[in-house]
Amino acid sequence: MRPKRMELMQRIQRYDFALYDLMLYLDTHPECREARALFARYRKERADVVREYVQHFGPIKALQTDTDKRWSWGEGPYPWEKEVN
Amino acid sequence: MWVYEKKLQYPVKIKNPNPQMAQVIMSQIGGADSETGAAMRYLNQRYAMPTDEIKGLLTDIGTEELAHIEMVSAIVYQLTRNLSEEDIKKYGFDKYFVEHGSGIYPASPSGVPFTAAYFQSKGDAFADLTEDLAAEQKARATYDNILRLADDPDVIDPIRYLRQREVVHFQRFGEANRTPLNKNRSKFVAIFLRKCRYFYF
Repeated sequence: MRPKRMELMQRIQRYDFALYDLMLYLDTHPECREARALFARYRKERADVVREYVQHFGPIKALQTDTDKRWSWGEGPYPWEKEVN
Repeated sequence: MWVYEKKLQYPVKIKNPNPQMAQVIMSQIGGADSETGAAMRYLNQRYAMPTDEIKGLLTDIGTEELAHIEMVSAIVYQLTRNLSEEDIKKYGFDKYFVEHGSGIYPASPSGVPFTAAYFQSKGDAFADLTEDLAAEQKARATYDNILRLADDPDVIDPIRYLRQREVVHFQRFGEANRTPLNKNRSKFVAIFLRKCRYFYF
């Protein structure tokens, strides 16, 4: 079954929120072992969700674009359109 | 360098257009305490910072501010979709519309274009980080004002998210202002004097 686009995107956004917040925390607390472990865990879990999203709905970053068929990086919808949110 | 990610930091999905609300929220794109001001402030200040920790923090918070410009722009964009001429006049959007249509232009709600005069890059870690703490509080206060004026839950939800980020950034800047600058004050002052080659105290 084809996964839902917005559901997958929201899972990525949740991971990215946690990872970005942890990154800022680690910028000022680089020694915190607990935060580093959490960062590593979320980064690993995020990678699987991103792989699934990119496979079904296209690249989030240009480097993820599949070059075999066509150049799809420029295709919409763009993130500010409400149909992808 | 920067690499674009084709996603918003937090979802923006607004069902009902409201050009009046859009104009109020423009404050965060082109106003004195806008996300644009924040991004430009931190990304310009970082070069002359005396420690790697502060360079890194300004880079990462400045980068997040760029994502916030995109979120606020998405809010304004969705609030000004498919307007009738009647709506444009009724909601007082005509003055903006005549200049920019429904394009996003960084100006304050009263029409003043964004300017670098809204921030400083002083080349002095204490001065710049103290400005940054104030900037986060001013942006937080602007979001509080927006929340006082907003009644649409679709608008309130992403605005509350953005408000909360100001609080987190304030916290991190406070730590940066304390940790290397005060805890190891004598070491820091030595680095600072060596790098900057001028007297400080």
